[in-house]
Amino acid sequence: MSGTSLSPTSLGAWLRAPVPASPFQARVQALWLGWRRLRSNPPALAGATILLLLIAVAAFAPLLATHDIYAQDLTARLQPPSAAHWLGTDDLGRDIYSRLVYGSRITLYIAFLAALIAAPLGLIIGTTAGYLGGWTDTILMRLVDIFLSFPSLILALAFVAALGPGIENAIIAISLAAWPPIARLARAETLTVRKSDYIAAVRLQGASRLRIILHHVVPMCLPSVVVRITLNMAGIILTAAGLGFLGLGAQPPSPEWGAMLSTGRQFVMTSWWIAAIPGCAILLTSLAFNLFGDGLRDIMDPRHG
Amino acid sequence: MAEAAATSARRSGGAAPALPAWAGTALRLIVSIAVTLFGLMALTFLIGRLLPLDPVAAILGDNATQEAYEAMRAQLGLDQPLWIQFARYVGDVLRLDFGTALTTGKPVLEDVARVFPATIELATMGILIGTGLGIPLGVFAAAYRDTPLDYFVRVFGLLGYSTPNFWLGLMGLVLFYANLGWVGGPGRIDTAYQWDVEPVTDLLLLDTAMAGQWEIFWNVLSHIILPASILGFGALAYISRMTRSFMLEQLAQEYVIAARVKGLSWMRTVWVHAFRNVVVQVITVVALAYAFLLEGAVLTETVFAWPGFGRYLTNALLAGDMNAVVACTLLVGVIFVGLNLLADLLYRLLDPRTH
Repeated sequence: MSGTSLSPTSLGAWLRAPVPASPFQARVQALWLGWRRLRSNPPALAGATILLLLIAVAAFAPLLATHDIYAQDLTARLQPPSAAHWLGTDDLGRDIYSRLVYGSRITLYIAFLAALIAAPLGLIIGTTAGYLGGWTDTILMRLVDIFLSFPSLILALAFVAALGPGIENAIIAISLAAWPPIARLARAETLTVRKSDYIAAVRLQGASRLRIILHHVVPMCLPSVVVRITLNMAGIILTAAGLGFLGLGAQPPSPEWGAMLSTGRQFVMTSWWIAAIPGCAILLTSLAFNLFGDGLRDIMDPRHG
Repeated sequence: MAEAAATSARRSGGAAPALPAWAGTALRLIVSIAVTLFGLMALTFLIGRLLPLDPVAAILGDNATQEAYEAMRAQLGLDQPLWIQFARYVGDVLRLDFGTALTTGKPVLEDVARVFPATIELATMGILIGTGLGIPLGVFAAAYRDTPLDYFVRVFGLLGYSTPNFWLGLMGLVLFYANLGWVGGPGRIDTAYQWDVEPVTDLLLLDTAMAGQWEIFWNVLSHIILPASILGFGALAYISRMTRSFMLEQLAQEYVIAARVKGLSWMRTVWVHAFRNVVVQVITVVALAYAFLLEGAVLTETVFAWPGFGRYLTNALLAGDMNAVVACTLLVGVIFVGLNLLADLLYRLLDPRTH
């Protein structure tokens, strides 16, 4: 940045400058443009707002919760929403609102960790297959096809059955089922850049294949992979909740939303809110990721807009 | 030199009865299917071996003597190298021998054959609902783009993508069964009627209709309508979204303007001209949606106590019955590959542009 003080008008001019003077300015301009596009897309903005709220709730859970999430009070079980318990109590008299607040941490933990495992795995395999081509490509893409031959929930269920129930195993299982579509996408993106002049130039300078893939191919695939993984988060959350519901994911007394729904199931005919509330939370989170992902696609990937 | 060889090869190829083009495609397809099926077996085999539980201890218990343990290990083939175990597994699978289910004590294949019709019936009803509503919604959304109708269809579709169907099932049971009494409860049929149906196809709607047992038919329908609608909701989301985007592509073409200039009504243009061009694409989408219904069925069947494939798989998972889990996973994979193949073949067969 130059040393000039930035008044609002000059900041606007700086952001709108037709020719950015520095890489930093160019980058900030791109971000600003993205923000403007997001602002003009109300559904995406709604999704982003819900997600930010959810992250805030997870971060400040101890401040927002009104009760101890494990404290049982059998004299106050199965109570409907009231002033003392804003969203009622479950079968062991635990406060549903507080458990819901803490549950957001588990949901985000599962979603982000699964994305953090699946995205790099898919990215590396996809770009390697696309860039190297030949036998490597054939074998890796066959592997992807085979994983894609199973619906992701069925594959995750089979992995969890083999690994044993629990939240960490659920994350591993979900990631193992989530990487193949990303690999396929990354390969397609790689095929469009591998013959371009800038790759040839880097190769002539003597860059190794590893360096070309990591530094020059992967960055080109990142935008579409980020969009894909955001949309996938919606599915990941539904799968995680499904595993929790079946008793194969997070184990009691964890306040994971799917597991809460599962306990609520036994009392659903008399105390429907125990199951209804965590379900609404799952729906809202998954919807937010879908809305935000759709918007992100329009912003980052104008070709599909 | 190489050129000469190529020419002679071409000439000899011309002399021999030339293989028609479709035979080459078919051969490639068969090889590709064989490789995929082999891969499915390898993956399911590995899942079966990932097990941290000791299968020998699971059968004999913890107090078995060392000799008994070794004998059982040999009997199960676990003392052999991994590749021999895999070869045996492949042999068993090709002979359709999936072993015995620990939960029921019967051959897994027999179990699956028993529970599968219930799932087929449910999934078929689901796809009928999803297609019957999804296609018109998608077409109308595209025809009236950016109107309230379009927004409604898109939001409805997005909800279908985002809703946990097991939760929707529970809430549906509370509202429509427990409170309103509009539909039958969990299960396929009231227990009072359970033994009155003569199983022919094991599709209860079909069996009762063929036998003229209309009272039971309505009972079965009242049980299936809610879970099928919930499964259909997910299919509807997918089908309406894809139909809308195919239609938007067609409606941007010049022949649409030509039809309008000719004086055709908008609905006639949309349905008779544009929709005809997307029918084939929509059919392939429906085939894929049907495959995804199998996935949805696992959780939906659990909620509705539906005695089908999904609930069988869930019970096997919870009991750690790996024989059944591996067989069911493999079966779903094969069905999935089959439906994908069907979609692909239909596309080639029905769309003249691919010839």
